[in-house]
Amino acid sequence: MHKEFQEVKKDRQKIDGKGLVQGRPAYTDDLAPGDALIVKLIRSPHAHARIVSIDASEALKLPGVECVISHKDVKRIPYTRAGQGHPEPSPHDKFIFDEYVRYVGDEVVAVAAVDEETARKATELIKVEYEVLEAVLDFEKAADNETIIHPEPEIHDMFPTGFEPKRNIAAAYAMEIGDVEEELRESEVQVASSYYTQAQAHVALEPHAAFTYLDLHGRLNVVTSTQNPFHTRRLMGQALDMPLRKIRVQKPRIGGGFGGKQHVHVEPYAALITLKTGKPAKVVMSRREVFEASFTSHQMRLDVRIGATGEGKINAIDMHVLSNTGAYGEHALTVFMVSGSKSLPLYNKVKAVKFGGKIVYTNKIPAGAYRGYGAVQGNFALESAMDELAHKLGMDPVELREKNMIAEGETSEIFRIMGEGTEGVEMIVESCKLDYCVKRGRELINWKPGQLVQETAPGKVRAKGVALAMQGSGIPLIDMGSAYLELQDDGFFKLHIGATDLGTGSDTILAQIAAEELGVSSDDIVVYASDTDLTPYDVGAYASSTTYVSGNAVVRAAQNMKQVLREAAAVKFGVDPEQVEFDRRELRTKDGAKKVSLKEFSYDTLYHEGANMKTLSASGSYSGEKAPPPYLAGFVEVEVDTETGEVDVLNYVAVVDCGTPINPNLARIQVEGGLLQGIGMTRYEDVQYNAKGGMRTNNLMHYKIPNREDVKKLTAELADSYEPSGPFGAKSIAEIGIDTPPAAIANAIYNATGARIRELPFTPSRVLAAIRKANR
Amino acid sequence: MKITLEINSEEKSLDIKPGEILADSLRAAGYTEVKKGCDTGSCGVCSVLLDESPILSCSFLAAMADGRKVTTIKGLREEVEEFSEYLVNEGADQCGFCAPGFALTVLAMKKELNAPSEEEIKHYLAGNLCRCSGYEGQLRAIKKYLEAGYA
Repeated sequence: MHKEFQEVKKDRQKIDGKGLVQGRPAYTDDLAPGDALIVKLIRSPHAHARIVSIDASEALKLPGVECVISHKDVKRIPYTRAGQGHPEPSPHDKFIFDEYVRYVGDEVVAVAAVDEETARKATELIKVEYEVLEAVLDFEKAADNETIIHPEPEIHDMFPTGFEPKRNIAAAYAMEIGDVEEELRESEVQVASSYYTQAQAHVALEPHAAFTYLDLHGRLNVVTSTQNPFHTRRLMGQALDMPLRKIRVQKPRIGGGFGGKQHVHVEPYAALITLKTGKPAKVVMSRREVFEASFTSHQMRLDVRIGATGEGKINAIDMHVLSNTGAYGEHALTVFMVSGSKSLPLYNKVKAVKFGGKIVYTNKIPAGAYRGYGAVQGNFALESAMDELAHKLGMDPVELREKNMIAEGETSEIFRIMGEGTEGVEMIVESCKLDYCVKRGRELINWKPGQLVQETAPGKVRAKGVALAMQGSGIPLIDMGSAYLELQDDGFFKLHIGATDLGTGSDTILAQIAAEELGVSSDDIVVYASDTDLTPYDVGAYASSTTYVSGNAVVRAAQNMKQVLREAAAVKFGVDPEQVEFDRRELRTKDGAKKVSLKEFSYDTLYHEGANMKTLSASGSYSGEKAPPPYLAGFVEVEVDTETGEVDVLNYVAVVDCGTPINPNLARIQVEGGLLQGIGMTRYEDVQYNAKGGMRTNNLMHYKIPNREDVKKLTAELADSYEPSGPFGAKSIAEIGIDTPPAAIANAIYNATGARIRELPFTPSRVLAAIRKANR
Repeated sequence: MKITLEINSEEKSLDIKPGEILADSLRAAGYTEVKKGCDTGSCGVCSVLLDESPILSCSFLAAMADGRKVTTIKGLREEVEEFSEYLVNEGADQCGFCAPGFALTVLAMKKELNAPSEEEIKHYLAGNLCRCSGYEGQLRAIKKYLEAGYA
């Protein structure tokens, strides 16, 4: 099983790395044609309003203004901007432009002009009159509010999702295994609390950008910073009422995604201008627009109850969730589902478990996909509640987890019951080194039960905390990836993949996987990716799918390629294909009588074999029958200043089971980056509004993300693990790093101060208030 | 209005608008290695050298660069080639959007500070944000790069 590898489990340099560091043109805005029209959007200044009139006459007189487009000029087609499988689990509740605007930032008018300055001036000359409507800003008061955010009749869900827009409900769900109320009643010890998670901004450093042009054949070409080119093509076809054959979508390098680019944001607006004028057009969001008018993560309230025996065996868990999807329902149901489906199976030995709740509309920025995809929110609630239970039992929090956590060879009924919008898939966990991760994490942080607190100076207390996490590896039976390999003269291969590298290094690791299976060097694999015309289908980069789903597709393509090579060589050698071996860049008959190097053979197949010449190529696709979870044990040491409420994270230890790390360096960075994004969420990141629903945190001065001085120490280690269904034993790693910091830090603050904080983020004022309350 | 300046050791004349920021002038002139990330001088991806010191070109008027020397990452080819080897060996290049500004500031730091401590490194580079890496991989790369330089 653990065979020696040549190309995977190796720290190969990222193939695009040096070019990016050296500043070669790579990103959407670097590649846009110089004559592209600049498109600016006028966005709603009101949280909820009807557009009464739009007067663009003055703007259109301005030299250099090309055109102005609003809801009067476009077909009214409800669609979803969520990059997801088809049919989408998200409601079709958004219009490219509408007479109604539903949050501060909603699109009102698109203006195209020859340059930035003219476009900006034009937006100032356009007069829009609004009838301001009552806004729903408090998500706990949204359901059945007398103000209805989506009264329009033509919006709909694609299959039953509990969609009730007349009640401001975007989706709803409930499931129960066993009898939770009965089991809770029978339990000797119970805890019950409500936890609140805030909306977090993605802050990928490259703002959303797209440019469009019509090619020689009159087809619409879209170059965009997207995580899912194929979904983007499909969604744009829906929104623009165009056949997909008329659209090509390409993703160049993109400057980070974190889920923020798993949607259509700016593409339709550039496209409308190009379709109307025939000219290239470009939209690049300002940072303010990214904050105000892309997406955030889902704000949630999670009510959790756990019942256990006096010895700490968990009998039942109940998780009830209220999620805020903002003005539109992208990813509403599925993120909510993941808050349960990727937290609750951690404790799979319960007699009963219940999960349910609803996702409501508000007049705030829409929420969408965000690294962790609900698992962060679920983790904060469940893993905080686990510590509350441990303290009530008088038991070490690690011991409580070890007694109840999932192990290799086990399963959870939740895998079968809860999918993403649909039913799930049964799964036996074939790789789970959570026991090792906990043991190793405990060593690294020096965890000693009963000795978790230390006063280092007057008013400064250090303490440790723990949280465990799981995630998935793609969405089973829904996510599909494909790969295409072709032998080139000189004996190298081109690898075409629909997969979408966000900067994580997936192009590199997929080349490593192809090279490993083919028995060649990674340098002999030339990768081209993420182009709907030239690469085979792939869902794109989300749900921690690429290594597992696209990686397995690459393995299959490479296996097929080897068979194609053997068959072609058999013709050359005049033997049966079964008599041919391919190994280490050489094709030979099993008896060794005939042989040819791959290099020589590549020239033969293309130049020397007369009527037998042909292109040697193979493809492969993969759709997972399961989604093997990676696991993580997170341990943190914090220092709390009990006078100011400041919480400093001194060391964050994460030990992760991601199966075989295809490229350990890149895997480790995924963990470290995820941890810091989670620590930022825990400490201060918070999308905040004024009383009218305008965003207060719409720039990087008011919305702080961690800088390098905020990092004391991150310790990421990978467990030795092997997932039998994965490519060379690999599972996923992209998301899981973000999951544990909120709960682990909350638990450490409790250990330090006795203050239990159930609302994120843990700002000094909130921490101080909690300490004072605990001391009363 | 016209300004004349030296960009990456070449004399250039740029036609700019009053109030135009240097990052926009440079990108319009084809220096797309200068990125724009925040519009408020908060993220560091637009870093260039003005004479010898790193500045944020998104918060600097192009007119003020008249007669000065501006260096982008592409003007430091050999040094950046060397540093990028260390960064890429750690896998810390990631999406790369912050990398040109970050690498340029590392090179400036190497010239300015003698054997900086970990704290000094973090402080010097605090204005160069990265959302992908968690900074630890970047720090490993910087330390190895500096150690090799002083060996």
